Amino acid sequence: MRSAVIVFPASNCDRDAETALRDITGRAPHMVWHAEGTFPEVDLIVLPGGFSYGDYLRAGAMAAHSPVMREVVARAGRGVPVLGICNGFQVLCEAGLLPGALMRNASLKFVGRDVHVRVETSQSLFTSRYANGAVARMPVAHGDGNYYADDATLDRLEERGQVAFRYCTPDGAVVEAGNPNGARRNIAGIFNETKTVLGLMPHPERVCDPLLGGTDGRAMFEGLVEALT
Amino acid sequence: MKARVHVTLKQGVLDPQGTAIQGALAHLGFEGVGDVRQGKLIEIDLQESDPARGRAQVEEMCRRLLANTVIENYAIEVMS
Repeated sequence: MRSAVIVFPASNCDRDAETALRDITGRAPHMVWHAEGTFPEVDLIVLPGGFSYGDYLRAGAMAAHSPVMREVVARAGRGVPVLGICNGFQVLCEAGLLPGALMRNASLKFVGRDVHVRVETSQSLFTSRYANGAVARMPVAHGDGNYYADDATLDRLEERGQVAFRYCTPDGAVVEAGNPNGARRNIAGIFNETKTVLGLMPHPERVCDPLLGGTDGRAMFEGLVEALT
Repeated sequence: MKARVHVTLKQGVLDPQGTAIQGALAHLGFEGVGDVRQGKLIEIDLQESDPARGRAQVEEMCRRLLANTVIENYAIEVMS
């Protein structure tokens, strides 16, 4: 499986994504600078976490209009899978590849800790190695992770099975106590309509090795390798 | 000419920063302060001298970048 990690100014999880992809796919991903107009053909594009362009204007707003994103949007339109983690999720929403927006955390506090998420469907490239309803522990590190969409959009996402992950308690209950940022309906990650684009606030790439304190993120990359190789 | 763009969160969208300001005003002893909403002010110098064309340009800027219309409203003020 060939992959690419897009690097924006102030991306800070690009190397984590690189390490996870290299270890699990057995091939080093292309690291693509944001100013590049194009990059080699790949099977997966990753938009990593960080604070692209210093979060100026809105988180992800500037990155969504960077030169490389025209190419990412075009390839996503052709069905190339795109994974946006944390700031990458914000960029995907700002670029219009995913519906909704990420707002300031309801607590006004930056949240950096492990959370639990329930896998809402295993019917996707990204989640095939998880059981439906499985609970995964992953870290979050964000100030703007509060997912917002209007009721009609949320209903449509749910009807079409586009909710990928919801924040939950360790035993899988989707309740307010498990929600770190105020996201509507506890949404931690969503797919586009064809489920070839996934955006999520938690960091699966940071829990791919026991040395990092967990391996619950590994199944996402293993599932991608299985589907895309 | 100069244009000013006011970007505000839509009504009904939670504004935690506005809520924090409201709390701080209460702590300072200001009475009678209701809902507080926080927004952004963006000032833009334009080469354009025709107000209608200038406004149309800024409208396009708002739609494409300056405001996220999922959660934000914008108001444009054009000053010659």
